[in-house]
Amino acid sequence: MTPRMANVYGWLLLMPAAILLIAFTHWPTVATLISSVYSPGTPVRPARFIGLDNYRLLVDDPVFIQAALNNLWFAIGTVVPSIALAILMAIWVNENIPGRGLLRLAYFTPTILPMVAAANIWLFFYTPDIGLIDQVLALFGSSGRNWLGDPDLVLPSLIVMTIWKEAGFFMIFYLAALQSIPPELREAAMLEGASRWSFFWKVTFPLLMPTTLFVLVNALLNSFKLVDHLFILTKGGPNNASNLLLYYIYETAFSFFDTSYAATITMVLLVLLALLALAKFWLFEKRVHYQ
Amino acid sequence: MKPFRSLKMAAMAAAVGLAGMTAAAAETTKLTMYYPVAVGGPLTKIVDGLVADFEAENPDIDVEAIYAGNYNDARIKALAALQSGEPAQLSVMFSIDIYDLIEQDAIVAFDDIVETDEERAWLASFYPALMENGQTLGKTWGIPFQRSTIVMYYNKDMFRAAGLDPDNPPATWDELLTASKALTDADKGQYGLMIPSTGYPYWMFGALTMQNGQVLMNGDGNETYFDKPAVVEALTFWHALGAEHKVMPEGTIEWGTLRQNFLEGKTAMMWHSTGNLTAVKKNASFDFGVAMLPAREQRGTPTGGGNFYIFKQTSEEERRAAMKLIRFMTSPERAAQWSIETGYIGISQASYDTQALKDYVVEFPPAKVARDQLEFATAELSTYQTGRVRKLLDDAIQAALTGQKTPEEALGEAQSQADRLLKPYRQGG
Repeated sequence: MTPRMANVYGWLLLMPAAILLIAFTHWPTVATLISSVYSPGTPVRPARFIGLDNYRLLVDDPVFIQAALNNLWFAIGTVVPSIALAILMAIWVNENIPGRGLLRLAYFTPTILPMVAAANIWLFFYTPDIGLIDQVLALFGSSGRNWLGDPDLVLPSLIVMTIWKEAGFFMIFYLAALQSIPPELREAAMLEGASRWSFFWKVTFPLLMPTTLFVLVNALLNSFKLVDHLFILTKGGPNNASNLLLYYIYETAFSFFDTSYAATITMVLLVLLALLALAKFWLFEKRVHYQ
Repeated sequence: MKPFRSLKMAAMAAAVGLAGMTAAAAETTKLTMYYPVAVGGPLTKIVDGLVADFEAENPDIDVEAIYAGNYNDARIKALAALQSGEPAQLSVMFSIDIYDLIEQDAIVAFDDIVETDEERAWLASFYPALMENGQTLGKTWGIPFQRSTIVMYYNKDMFRAAGLDPDNPPATWDELLTASKALTDADKGQYGLMIPSTGYPYWMFGALTMQNGQVLMNGDGNETYFDKPAVVEALTFWHALGAEHKVMPEGTIEWGTLRQNFLEGKTAMMWHSTGNLTAVKKNASFDFGVAMLPAREQRGTPTGGGNFYIFKQTSEEERRAAMKLIRFMTSPERAAQWSIETGYIGISQASYDTQALKDYVVEFPPAKVARDQLEFATAELSTYQTGRVRKLLDDAIQAALTGQKTPEEALGEAQSQADRLLKPYRQGG
């Protein structure tokens, strides 16, 4: 094969993936960018170039700022606890205990449920007074709370539900990682008289780092991508206390018909996610302990 | 030979004409129609049944009725179909979408389609309150179909237990407050009244402001009255029910679970859509009543629900066929059948004059309340930029109910932002 032919061959091999990527990822990104600098066109008022007007609007838009802040808290609130919980559950169901299969299944069940179904269940959990949570709290003499109707409680309530939904999924990755850790390490550590905690902290946890990186990336991305539950539970309310960026994009595009402003917020979200991804890959390339 | 020849010509012409006519008759007009379902229940089956009846009567018209999700989805799908060049000819969409649809140049006014006096009479045959959301710029753009109002459901057993007259539900704000206080039992976690404030807070609020003698917007859809004293007073009253009088839970009340609260006896009264009537009737384990909303200055409720629209991108035949379909669906007998099977309001006086609906109202009196209340009904909040304006009001209501802002503050801010949005739609703006 001549080098020229090899070149063609290489491009041909790349083509299917490249076409899909360009058609469904890169071109939409460019189109979004373009539409964010035009006004939304209607038959009555055609679109015109408005430059960075939409981006200036962002700074003055209290709902956008609140949605962005909410998203930040939502990310912090869901990612760290769900990873910690996933590790705990994985270690627990990795032990040789009776009913292990059932226990694993039980932890994994929330993941199987569609988010909309889960949100519908939690809607009734969170219902003041007659909901499951308030009924359990009532046993301890606590009076009912308006979980989804109180601006201070609504975001934490959503975070708790999301952790419940996500942790089981991450557990699967940790379980696989735990099973690939050679048992000799544990035997050696026991011979050395290491405590369970120092074995976990000095041996298991570092060996889980690649998994943690993977899960962290996924969990963070998810915290910006999850939006289904808002449709059922709060619609971003009360007064935007639980509004998240993606839901605000949906509202702007399909309820306000302002596609160009929606494109603007989408660009912000894209840049944010790209930066996050870059930072993580750069950071963890140095820290992660690959065997 | 001349006469013969002309006779032959005439026969030929007649034959050609006849052939042409049969060809036209054989040619069916195809209609695509999107429709939303906003409440639970087997509504798609009922619509399919109506469409099948129509096709049986009109073999030259072929209707494809497509269930398109909730109101929001239906609008998105219909507009997307429009842009893709495979448009629907008519659709049922939210009555308050009218300004957006006009802004998109998507719909045609019925005044421009009706031809005969008989059709003009049909256009004037609906309850005026139901037409308000379908009329602007001096024309009618939407024909009422699945329409509702807000009514007050109340638990008669709880009324009796509290020593109140179960056949005499509160008719004024003062009576409402007194009754609510008597019905509230904090130890049992039982409230007197719940008005939902998620999902469609602006809708419930429209009832309160109307009762206080003030509508929320003008008929041209380019002006809102959020900061009028009567509006502020209405929101203050709503907020006080929870914060001050403790007859309603504080914070916002979830639209979706409210019916469950009522069915489980956690609230003695609830304000909700008439669309819930059949579900409450089926599931209530207690004696319940349905009443008109109470009055301050007057009684009042906004209407709600979906209207028929005809799209602009249609041929003459398609418009005629669409008119036929809409007239069939809104005919008194069909409207009566639709009302009985769903709980939506019969849209014309004539539908309540049918034997079927007359009998039903006698057998199940609550079905009459919504109709009687139409006399006091007003349009649902609908303006240009309606999604944004509605959200401004929703956020203001929720901010006030959760105590983040005072009613004056919240509504004042909403009004100044609505003014900014609506300025371009005012003359000289």
